[in-house]
Amino acid sequence: MASNWLSQLFTVALFNLRSIPARKGSALTAAVGIAGVVAVLTGVLSIAEGFRKTMTSAGSPDVAIVLRAGAENEMTSGLGRDETRLIADTPGVARGAAGPLASAELFVIISLPKRTTGTDANVPLRGVEGTAFEVRGNIRMLEGRRFESGKNEIIVGAGARREFAGLNIGQEIKVGRNVWTVVGVFTSGGGISDSEIWTDAAVLQPAYNRGPTFQSVYVRLASPEDFGIFKNGISKNPELKATARTLPDFYSSQSEMLSQFITVFGVFISVMMGLGALFGALNTMYSAVASRTREIATLRALGFPAAPVVVSVLAESIVLSLAGGVVGAAAAYWAFNGYQTSTMNFQTFSQVSFNFAVTPLLLAAAIAMAAILGLFGGLFPALRAARMPIASALRDS
Amino acid sequence: MSAESSDLVRIEHVTKTFHRGSEEIHVLSGLDLTVARGEFLALMGPSGSGKSTLLNLIGGLDRATSGSVIIENDRLDELDDRQLAAWRARHVGFVFQFYNLMPVLTAQKNVELPLLLTHLNRRERREHAEIALNAVGLSHRLNHFPRTLSGGEQQRVGIARAIVTDPTLLLCDEPTGDLDRKSGDEVLSLLQSLQENGKTIIMVTHDPHASARASRTVHLDKGQLSTTGPE
Ligand SMILES: Nc1ncnc2c1ncn2[C@@H]1O[C@H](COP(=O)(O)OP(=O)(O)OP(=O)(O)O)[C@@H](O)[C@H]1O
Ligand SMILES: [Mg+2]
Repeated sequence: MASNWLSQLFTVALFNLRSIPARKGSALTAAVGIAGVVAVLTGVLSIAEGFRKTMTSAGSPDVAIVLRAGAENEMTSGLGRDETRLIADTPGVARGAAGPLASAELFVIISLPKRTTGTDANVPLRGVEGTAFEVRGNIRMLEGRRFESGKNEIIVGAGARREFAGLNIGQEIKVGRNVWTVVGVFTSGGGISDSEIWTDAAVLQPAYNRGPTFQSVYVRLASPEDFGIFKNGISKNPELKATARTLPDFYSSQSEMLSQFITVFGVFISVMMGLGALFGALNTMYSAVASRTREIATLRALGFPAAPVVVSVLAESIVLSLAGGVVGAAAAYWAFNGYQTSTMNFQTFSQVSFNFAVTPLLLAAAIAMAAILGLFGGLFPALRAARMPIASALRDS
Repeated sequence: MSAESSDLVRIEHVTKTFHRGSEEIHVLSGLDLTVARGEFLALMGPSGSGKSTLLNLIGGLDRATSGSVIIENDRLDELDDRQLAAWRARHVGFVFQFYNLMPVLTAQKNVELPLLLTHLNRRERREHAEIALNAVGLSHRLNHFPRTLSGGEQQRVGIARAIVTDPTLLLCDEPTGDLDRKSGDEVLSLLQSLQENGKTIIMVTHDPHASARASRTVHLDKGQLSTTGPE
């Protein structure tokens, strides 16, 4: 009985699809609507994705950061010289030629004019110890050299140089009472450090009247597995009120709020637009069914069951939506992928520069969403087509 | 198969009432009709008298409000929608006034369409369609699309599609209504020759020339049938 089931579906779906050119206008409208939704969804989610990527790619799992207990970020943390020494001597920390690989650091926010608008925005200025480079392990000088200790010299992250004016080698910036000279440009491979400016902690302390205090200690672990020992060593030490986190862990907690916000916002916009596109698809498919009333009634008169009719309408709707989805995703990829921008990191109130990331997963999700829109857009028209009373449908057409 | 009667179609006390808003339209009121196997019946009557309605009931496209429609041994009112669709595919060939061909399919593919509901494989379907198109004199038009065929040719494709499954019953609603005299005559000759080969045909028509080709003519008026004898 059902031996030709597939051929039935195929044939009916095929001439449904082949009749699309006769209905170009409304088919195109539906597909374009879906393309728009998919492009926006992909675009917005690529922001969240790019931001998350930047925030996490800086963190190698064998680097840990120690902050004062209770502090959520470096801004609100504070550690004295004695404490930073105890932290550096905690078991689990890797040792280099000159002792433990630990860098006690200072974190201040300065204001510089943005290249694009000329208006001031916040940039983190980080005072580090000489070990910082070995601790991070991923810092590479792109131009110039490292700062010399004891001098008013700075090196700037590639992202910071891109976003802010006056940060080329040889240029000087005035911060507080001091003038600092740019002597190098570095990158951490697209991570969050790229948005920062670095200098010698020992020079930054007096410039900010800090005395011998720091905000964080970055340490290189002997191995990622040693984090447990290290963390315990920090929390069990009665002379320390501090907590240790791995760098990836720390960065992802820092980026969570913003990337969640962007995601929620993006999904909200996409849902609103998706509803619009859904009605567009519904409308298109209702009119497709209406314009094919006679064909459908004829098929039913010939004895075709309802199923191929339903499937053919759904197939048309899904094909239109997928076409729209692929176009939208491609447009988003072309327009957004790698697009560089910066945004406020609400944890530190300073600028983080990052790239939009249109990942394959994101593309797949966006196209899947197009298919779902098509499915729902076609469902009710398909059911209407299947339930159509045959005799009166034949009369009316 | 029951030997008691040669009647293929038995319609007993059939009524059909349509509702249009609060208005009731009584189209058929307690109608009886039998059609013998091998008959070519012409169904005539004024416009709006319910000819198409009656034909649709016989073909299982619509359901009677009361009474029974029995074709061979099947009581159509006892079949559910799915069974009725399968029954149509097996037993009925429809010929429509405006042909109702699929514009995106060639003549041959149009004729193959009902065969998708059978066990036949692709090659058998093609062969059957070719035989049917040959029978209506269109073996030279296999790969033509409907819009490139004349009205008469399209209707012959329609007839080929109706007979390709070798149905029990051929139902034609004004098959010549849209054709000129010459093409209409060709179509009628075709139907006649089908009858001669044993097909049972019921044809709705306004045209006395058409009904003249039938073996019997009945008139429908005010919900009832009146018979005129064979000419
Ligand atoms: N689905 C329907 N809903 C409401 N009224 C209907 C429906 N189908 C038919 N009718 C009415 O039933 C009556 C008979 O219609 P039918 O089409 O059977 O007439 P007919 O004899 O075939 O007419 P014609 O010669 O014009 O084709 C008409 O008054 C028509 O308006
Ligand atoms: Mg009629």
